Amino acid sequence: MILMNDIYKTYGNGVTALNGINVEIEQGEFVYIVGPSGAGKSSFIKLMYREIKPTRGSLLINNKDISEIKEKDVPLLRRNIGVIFQDFRLLPKLSVYENVAFALEVIEESPRNIRKRVMDVLDLVGLKNKSRFFPNELSGGEQQRVSIARAIVNRPKIVIADEPTGNLDPDTSWEIMRVFEEINNSGTTIIMATHSKEIVNTIKKRVIAIEDGLIVRDEQRGDYGYES
Amino acid sequence: MKARTIKRHLREGLKNIVRNGWMTVASVGAVTMTLLLVGAFLGLILNLNHMAEKIEDDVVIKVLIDLAANDEDVIALGKDLEKVSGVETVIFSSKDEELNSLIDSMGEGGEVWELYEQENPLNHAYIIKATDPHNTEAIAAEVKKLNAVDSVSFGQEVAQNLFKFTDYARTVGIILIAGLVLTAIFLISNTIKLTIMARSTEIGIMKLVGATNSFIRGPFFVEGLLLGVLGSIIPITVVLAGYKIIETSVGGISSIGFVEMLPFNPFAWQLAGIILIVGAGIGIWGSLMSVRKFLKV
Repeated sequence: MILMNDIYKTYGNGVTALNGINVEIEQGEFVYIVGPSGAGKSSFIKLMYREIKPTRGSLLINNKDISEIKEKDVPLLRRNIGVIFQDFRLLPKLSVYENVAFALEVIEESPRNIRKRVMDVLDLVGLKNKSRFFPNELSGGEQQRVSIARAIVNRPKIVIADEPTGNLDPDTSWEIMRVFEEINNSGTTIIMATHSKEIVNTIKKRVIAIEDGLIVRDEQRGDYGYES
Repeated sequence: MKARTIKRHLREGLKNIVRNGWMTVASVGAVTMTLLLVGAFLGLILNLNHMAEKIEDDVVIKVLIDLAANDEDVIALGKDLEKVSGVETVIFSSKDEELNSLIDSMGEGGEVWELYEQENPLNHAYIIKATDPHNTEAIAAEVKKLNAVDSVSFGQEVAQNLFKFTDYARTVGIILIAGLVLTAIFLISNTIKLTIMARSTEIGIMKLVGATNSFIRGPFFVEGLLLGVLGSIIPITVVLAGYKIIETSVGGISSIGFVEMLPFNPFAWQLAGIILIVGAGIGIWGSLMSVRKFLKV
């Protein structure tokens, strides 16, 4: 499904973020990416939705090398990958419904489909009754659920989350994790970078630890392995 | 592109125009000023060209034939003249015809010349027209060398000064217009950059969820186009009204041979069309310039 082959990433300023990454992630897996700050987790994540290109090596998603695809085909790649950030990245002037619908509008989905799919996905994240609210009227956890709804409304095969619980209190984080598990149960691959020891050690999944741009540990049902 | 998408781009573009308030006013103002000057210059230059062409058309070389030349010499000269390169037409004008046209051209004062009808002192002449009026001088010099030529004359001063002036006006006009157009493009691209900066989060999210670049560009394209078109309204009105007024007032002095303006219909409408196209072009170019940088991944 996802296959990274000897990936190196050096930025324009000379900083090397990834130093020869080799990894394979199967469809439907739930993977935590852990490691200290500056270890290369974000670069690892960004590679997958083509925010950045590797300096060397290949990254295959469904047998297609996404580091080789043309600029004009990047949008098509991104329609199959949902991305979630720590800071939610919602549009403040749009309602919950509109924020989620936005993801379908910009790929020119028909209004009928948009309505149905947005309501379905809001139901899934438990925000159906708050569809008319605006982001500033929601709690942090609710805002993150809106951003998850937006990420999965396209029904992507892969969901990538960069510290999705980083800004949330423990109780809310568990709520969010339950949503992720539900999405994962429907067959979607989840790749989640996190600093949360509690989450990784409680909801046991595959753990890939990155340090200095290298994978130093890759365990099924692993532990966080660092002091948080 | 789907109709729904076009509608969305139009809606968003319009929203941007309203949202940017004073920056919109400033850009439209810059386009208006530019187009006013473009319109005025174009109107002026095209009319000058028109007048110059008219004068150019009237520029002929008059070859006065030596009084001592006999009929054969005159015929031979006619053939020689036709052989000179760049000559379009050669027309013979006998000394009687010359006298008649002289009498006609002088109106009442010409009666004095009627006394000479018995003993006409004038020369026979050939009237030559050049294929390209710019070559008049060279042809005249060539003709001077031929046999049986008494003298050669043409509206040398007028023609040369006019050519110089129209060339100069054209160059200055083009440079000025190019400078103004670039300034307007710069201003529009800055206004749109403002929109883009205000909406960078939105653009980021659009890219993240897989919007194509052309989709993202849509509203900015509309915004630029609208800024350009809005900026062309006043210039078009001024050009149409102004041209009508000038045409009417110049109409009164049109007896001054060459002061003949291009007719309002279709010229003023064509000029209005050019202003609209230039305005739209400035707007679109400005918007694409500012979006381009932003869309690079």
